[in-house]
Amino acid sequence: MRAAVITFPGSNCDRDMVVAIERIGGTAPLRVWHGDTALPDGLDFIALPGGFSYGDYLRSGAMAANSPIMREVVKAAEAGVPVLGVCNGFQVLAESGLLPGALMRNRSQHFICRDALLRVENTDSVFTRGYEQGQTITIPVAHHDGNYFADAETLDRLEGEGRVAFRYTENYNGSQRDIAGILSASGNVLGMMPHPERAVDAAHGGTDGKVLFASILGLLEAA
Amino acid sequence: MKVRVHISLKPGVLDPQGRAVHHALEGLGFKGVEDVRIGRTISLTVADDTNDEQLDEMCRKLLANMVIEDYRIEKVEG
Repeated sequence: MRAAVITFPGSNCDRDMVVAIERIGGTAPLRVWHGDTALPDGLDFIALPGGFSYGDYLRSGAMAANSPIMREVVKAAEAGVPVLGVCNGFQVLAESGLLPGALMRNRSQHFICRDALLRVENTDSVFTRGYEQGQTITIPVAHHDGNYFADAETLDRLEGEGRVAFRYTENYNGSQRDIAGILSASGNVLGMMPHPERAVDAAHGGTDGKVLFASILGLLEAA
Repeated sequence: MKVRVHISLKPGVLDPQGRAVHHALEGLGFKGVEDVRIGRTISLTVADDTNDEQLDEMCRKLLANMVIEDYRIEKVEG
Protein backbone atom coordinates (compact mmCIF):
# COMPACT_ATOMS: atom_id res chain seq x y z
CA MET A 1 0.00 0.00 0.00
CA ARG A 2 1.54 3.28 -1.14
CA ALA A 3 -0.19 6.28 0.35
CA ALA A 4 0.63 9.97 0.04
CA VAL A 5 -0.36 12.97 2.13
CA ILE A 6 -0.33 16.33 0.37
CA THR A 7 0.84 19.37 2.33
CA PHE A 8 -0.16 22.88 1.28
CA PRO A 9 1.20 26.03 2.89
CA GLY A 10 -1.13 26.37 5.87
CA SER A 11 -2.08 22.71 6.18
CA ASN A 12 -1.99 21.83 9.86
CA CYS A 13 -3.47 18.34 10.09
CA ASP A 14 -1.01 16.74 7.68
CA ARG A 15 1.06 15.23 10.47
CA ASP A 16 -2.05 13.82 12.17
CA MET A 17 -3.02 12.25 8.85
CA VAL A 18 0.45 10.75 8.41
CA VAL A 19 0.40 9.32 11.93
CA ALA A 20 -3.07 7.82 11.47
CA ILE A 21 -2.13 6.15 8.18
CA GLU A 22 1.15 4.83 9.57
CA ARG A 23 -0.41 3.55 12.81
CA ILE A 24 -3.19 1.74 11.01
CA GLY A 25 -1.44 0.74 7.81
CA GLY A 26 1.98 0.01 9.25
CA THR A 27 3.78 2.00 6.56
CA ALA A 28 4.49 5.71 6.64
CA PRO A 29 2.80 7.55 3.77
CA LEU A 30 4.90 9.63 1.40
CA ARG A 31 4.83 13.38 1.89
CA VAL A 32 4.09 15.53 -1.13
CA TRP A 33 4.42 19.31 -1.28
CA HIS A 34 1.87 21.53 -3.02
CA GLY A 35 4.44 22.86 -5.47
CA ASP A 36 5.47 19.41 -6.68
CA THR A 37 4.48 18.78 -10.26
CA ALA A 38 4.36 15.00 -10.06
CA LEU A 39 2.99 12.43 -7.63
CA PRO A 40 5.05 9.43 -6.59
CA ASP A 41 4.45 6.43 -8.89
CA GLY A 42 1.98 3.71 -8.08
CA LEU A 43 -0.06 5.41 -5.36
CA ASP A 44 -2.95 3.46 -3.87
CA PHE A 45 -4.31 6.28 -1.74
CA ILE A 46 -4.01 10.08 -1.56
CA ALA A 47 -5.07 12.16 1.46
CA LEU A 48 -5.66 15.91 1.51
CA PRO A 49 -5.43 17.06 5.13
CA GLY A 50 -7.17 19.74 7.13
CA GLY A 51 -5.86 23.19 7.90
CA PHE A 52 -5.99 26.63 6.38
CA SER A 53 -4.23 26.27 3.04
CA TYR A 54 -3.02 29.63 1.76
CA GLY A 55 -4.63 31.26 4.80
CA ASP A 56 -8.08 30.59 3.33
CA TYR A 57 -7.39 33.48 0.93
CA LEU A 58 -10.23 34.22 -1.51
CA ARG A 59 -12.27 31.19 -0.41
CA SER A 60 -11.32 28.16 1.71
CA GLY A 61 -9.54 25.72 -0.57
CA ALA A 62 -9.66 27.95 -3.66
CA MET A 63 -5.96 28.64 -3.93
CA ALA A 64 -4.90 25.09 -3.08
CA ALA A 65 -7.29 23.75 -5.72
CA ASN A 66 -5.21 25.59 -8.30
CA SER A 67 -1.79 24.56 -7.00
CA PRO A 68 0.48 22.50 -9.28
CA ILE A 69 0.05 19.20 -7.42
CA MET A 70 -3.74 19.37 -7.63
CA ARG A 71 -3.61 18.93 -11.40
CA GLU A 72 -1.94 15.60 -10.72
CA VAL A 73 -4.35 14.69 -7.92
CA VAL A 74 -7.27 15.32 -10.29
CA LYS A 75 -5.67 13.04 -12.89
CA ALA A 76 -5.05 10.33 -10.28
CA ALA A 77 -8.63 10.60 -9.03
CA GLU A 78 -9.91 10.29 -12.59
CA ALA A 79 -7.75 7.21 -12.99
CA GLY A 80 -9.47 5.66 -9.95
CA VAL A 81 -6.99 6.24 -7.11
CA PRO A 82 -8.90 6.70 -3.83
CA VAL A 83 -8.65 10.34 -2.67
CA LEU A 84 -9.76 11.43 0.80
CA GLY A 85 -10.18 15.12 1.64
CA VAL A 86 -10.76 16.01 5.28
CA CYS A 87 -11.98 19.45 6.37
CA ASN A 88 -9.82 21.87 4.34
CA GLY A 89 -9.12 18.86 2.11
CA PHE A 90 -12.87 18.60 1.42
CA GLN A 91 -12.95 22.32 0.62
CA VAL A 92 -10.06 21.81 -1.81
CA LEU A 93 -11.85 18.88 -3.49
CA ALA A 94 -15.02 20.95 -3.90
CA GLU A 95 -13.09 23.91 -5.29
CA SER A 96 -11.20 21.65 -7.68
CA GLY A 97 -14.43 20.25 -9.08
CA LEU A 98 -13.71 16.67 -8.00
CA LEU A 99 -16.76 16.90 -5.75
CA PRO A 100 -19.92 18.97 -6.35
CA GLY A 101 -21.12 21.81 -4.15
CA ALA A 102 -19.32 24.28 -1.92
CA LEU A 103 -18.47 24.70 1.77
CA MET A 104 -19.75 28.01 3.08
CA ARG A 105 -19.33 29.83 6.39
CA ASN A 106 -21.13 28.01 9.23
CA ARG A 107 -24.69 29.22 9.65
CA SER A 108 -23.90 30.35 13.21
CA GLN A 109 -20.85 32.34 11.99
CA HIS A 110 -18.91 30.57 14.74
CA PHE A 111 -15.94 28.25 14.48
CA ILE A 112 -17.20 24.87 15.65
CA CYS A 113 -14.85 22.55 17.53
CA ARG A 114 -16.48 19.52 19.13
CA ASP A 115 -17.25 15.84 18.76
CA ALA A 116 -19.85 15.28 16.06
CA LEU A 117 -22.21 12.36 15.82
CA LEU A 118 -22.44 11.07 12.28
CA ARG A 119 -24.79 8.57 10.69
CA VAL A 120 -23.15 6.32 8.13
CA GLU A 121 -25.28 6.50 4.98
CA ASN A 122 -23.15 4.56 2.52
CA THR A 123 -21.30 1.32 3.18
CA ASP A 124 -20.38 0.46 -0.42
CA SER A 125 -17.41 2.73 -0.92
CA VAL A 126 -13.75 1.90 -0.44
CA PHE A 127 -13.80 4.35 2.48
CA THR A 128 -16.98 3.30 4.27
CA ARG A 129 -17.29 -0.44 3.65
CA GLY A 130 -16.17 -1.27 7.19
CA TYR A 131 -19.10 0.52 8.80
CA GLU A 132 -22.67 -0.67 9.14
CA GLN A 133 -25.50 1.08 7.36
CA GLY A 134 -27.11 3.58 9.72
CA GLN A 135 -24.38 3.16 12.34
CA THR A 136 -23.71 6.25 14.46
CA ILE A 137 -20.07 7.17 14.88
CA THR A 138 -18.32 9.93 16.79
CA ILE A 139 -15.74 11.95 14.87
CA PRO A 140 -14.46 15.43 15.85
CA VAL A 141 -15.21 18.50 13.75
CA ALA A 142 -13.22 21.74 13.81
CA HIS A 143 -14.19 24.21 11.13
CA HIS A 144 -15.49 27.65 10.27
CA ASP A 145 -16.55 26.86 6.71
CA GLY A 146 -18.33 23.53 6.87
CA ASN A 147 -21.78 24.53 5.74
CA TYR A 148 -22.33 22.29 2.72
CA PHE A 149 -24.25 23.90 -0.10
CA ALA A 150 -25.41 22.55 -3.43
CA ASP A 151 -28.53 23.26 -5.47
CA ALA A 152 -31.59 21.04 -4.95
CA GLU A 153 -30.99 19.14 -8.17
CA THR A 154 -27.42 18.25 -7.15
CA LEU A 155 -28.56 17.26 -3.64
CA ASP A 156 -31.27 15.01 -5.11
CA ARG A 157 -28.72 13.42 -7.40
CA LEU A 158 -26.26 12.84 -4.53
CA GLU A 159 -28.96 11.20 -2.44
CA GLY A 160 -30.40 9.23 -5.36
CA GLU A 161 -27.00 7.81 -6.22
CA GLY A 162 -26.14 6.94 -2.61
CA ARG A 163 -23.29 9.43 -2.59
CA VAL A 164 -23.99 10.93 0.83
CA ALA A 165 -21.40 9.08 2.92
CA PHE A 166 -22.12 10.66 6.31
CA ARG A 167 -24.78 12.92 7.79
CA TYR A 168 -24.70 14.85 11.07
CA THR A 169 -27.32 13.53 13.48
CA GLU A 170 -27.65 17.13 14.62
CA ASN A 171 -27.04 19.93 12.12
CA TYR A 172 -24.12 21.82 13.66
CA ASN A 173 -23.18 24.08 10.77
CA GLY A 174 -26.19 24.62 8.51
CA SER A 175 -25.25 22.03 5.90
CA GLN A 176 -27.93 21.24 3.36
CA ARG A 177 -29.66 17.97 4.29
CA ASP A 178 -27.25 17.51 7.24
CA ILE A 179 -24.49 16.42 4.86
CA ALA A 180 -21.10 15.80 6.49
CA GLY A 181 -19.39 13.88 3.71
CA ILE A 182 -19.98 13.04 0.04
CA LEU A 183 -18.56 10.71 -2.58
CA SER A 184 -17.74 11.34 -6.22
CA ALA A 185 -19.86 9.68 -8.92
CA SER A 186 -17.20 6.99 -9.32
CA GLY A 187 -17.03 6.51 -5.54
CA ASN A 188 -13.25 6.85 -5.23
CA VAL A 189 -13.22 10.43 -3.91
CA LEU A 190 -14.56 11.21 -0.42
CA GLY A 191 -14.77 14.68 1.06
CA MET A 192 -15.80 15.08 4.69
CA MET A 193 -15.66 17.91 7.20
CA PRO A 194 -15.18 15.71 10.33
CA HIS A 195 -11.64 14.52 11.11
CA PRO A 196 -11.36 10.70 11.16
CA GLU A 197 -7.59 11.00 11.73
CA ARG A 198 -8.39 12.54 15.12
CA ALA A 199 -10.32 9.46 16.19
CA VAL A 200 -7.87 6.59 15.78
CA ASP A 201 -6.40 6.24 19.26
CA ALA A 202 -8.00 5.75 22.67
CA ALA A 203 -6.13 8.87 23.79
CA HIS A 204 -8.15 10.84 21.22
CA GLY A 205 -11.28 9.99 23.17
CA GLY A 206 -12.57 7.61 20.52
CA THR A 207 -11.47 5.34 17.69
CA ASP A 208 -14.40 5.46 15.27
CA GLY A 209 -12.16 6.86 12.54
CA LYS A 210 -10.03 3.71 12.48
CA VAL A 211 -12.51 1.76 10.39
CA LEU A 212 -12.36 4.37 7.64
CA PHE A 213 -8.58 4.06 7.30
CA ALA A 214 -8.67 0.29 7.69
CA SER A 215 -11.24 0.19 4.87
CA ILE A 216 -9.07 2.24 2.51
CA LEU A 217 -5.89 0.43 3.47
CA GLY A 218 -7.52 -2.97 2.99
CA LEU A 219 -7.04 -3.96 6.61
CA LEU A 220 -10.56 -4.32 7.90
CA GLU A 221 -9.85 -7.39 9.99
CA ALA A 222 -7.17 -5.42 11.87
CA ALA A 223 -9.59 -2.66 12.87
CA MET B 1 -6.63 48.89 -17.67
CA LYS B 2 -8.28 48.84 -14.28
CA VAL B 3 -11.07 46.37 -13.70
CA ARG B 4 -13.30 45.75 -10.72
CA VAL B 5 -14.91 42.39 -10.25
CA HIS B 6 -17.95 42.44 -7.99
CA ILE B 7 -18.75 39.08 -6.47
CA SER B 8 -22.05 38.39 -4.76
CA LEU B 9 -23.83 35.35 -3.43
CA LYS B 10 -26.43 33.95 -5.81
CA PRO B 11 -30.02 34.79 -4.93
CA GLY B 12 -31.41 32.11 -2.64
CA VAL B 13 -28.04 31.24 -1.06
CA LEU B 14 -28.26 31.99 2.64
CA ASP B 15 -25.87 34.75 3.72
CA PRO B 16 -25.39 34.38 7.49
CA GLN B 17 -22.92 37.25 7.55
CA GLY B 18 -25.40 39.56 5.83
CA ARG B 19 -28.08 38.47 8.26
CA ALA B 20 -25.87 39.24 11.26
CA VAL B 21 -25.07 42.70 9.87
CA HIS B 22 -28.78 43.25 9.20
CA HIS B 23 -29.54 42.52 12.86
CA ALA B 24 -26.73 44.84 13.92
CA LEU B 25 -28.10 47.70 11.82
CA GLU B 26 -31.51 47.19 13.41
CA GLY B 27 -29.84 47.14 16.80
CA LEU B 28 -28.35 50.54 16.04
CA GLY B 29 -31.86 51.83 15.44
CA PHE B 30 -31.80 52.06 11.62
CA LYS B 31 -35.32 51.53 10.32
CA GLY B 32 -36.45 50.12 7.02
CA VAL B 33 -33.43 47.96 6.19
CA GLU B 34 -35.06 45.13 4.27
CA ASP B 35 -32.12 42.95 3.38
CA VAL B 36 -28.32 42.86 3.64
CA ARG B 37 -26.13 40.74 1.37
CA ILE B 38 -22.35 40.82 1.62
CA GLY B 39 -20.05 40.30 -1.34
CA ARG B 40 -16.53 41.24 -2.27
CA THR B 41 -14.83 43.48 -4.77
CA ILE B 42 -11.57 42.52 -6.40
CA SER B 43 -9.60 45.27 -8.15
CA LEU B 44 -7.31 44.20 -10.95
CA THR B 45 -4.88 46.07 -13.15
CA VAL B 46 -4.52 44.16 -16.39
CA ALA B 47 -2.90 44.68 -19.80
CA ASP B 48 -4.95 47.00 -21.99
CA ASP B 49 -5.48 44.29 -24.59
CA THR B 50 -7.07 41.89 -22.10
CA ASN B 51 -10.38 40.92 -23.66
CA ASP B 52 -13.74 40.24 -22.09
CA GLU B 53 -13.41 36.54 -22.66
CA GLN B 54 -10.18 36.41 -20.65
CA LEU B 55 -11.71 38.43 -17.83
CA ASP B 56 -14.69 36.12 -17.83
CA GLU B 57 -12.43 33.11 -17.61
CA MET B 58 -10.52 34.59 -14.65
CA CYS B 59 -13.82 34.98 -12.82
CA ARG B 60 -15.10 31.53 -13.64
CA LYS B 61 -11.86 29.68 -12.94
CA LEU B 62 -10.81 31.40 -9.73
CA LEU B 63 -12.27 34.70 -8.61
CA ALA B 64 -15.84 33.45 -8.17
CA ASN B 65 -17.18 30.05 -7.16
CA MET B 66 -19.97 29.52 -9.66
CA VAL B 67 -21.75 27.09 -7.32
CA ILE B 68 -22.65 29.85 -4.90
CA GLU B 69 -21.58 33.16 -6.43
CA ASP B 70 -22.35 35.51 -9.31
CA TYR B 71 -19.93 38.06 -10.64
CA ARG B 72 -20.07 41.34 -12.52
CA ILE B 73 -17.12 42.89 -14.32
CA GLU B 74 -16.76 46.65 -14.27
CA LYS B 75 -14.12 48.40 -16.34
CA VAL B 76 -12.89 51.49 -14.56
CA GLU B 77 -11.91 54.53 -16.62
CA GLY B 78 -8.35 55.86 -16.24
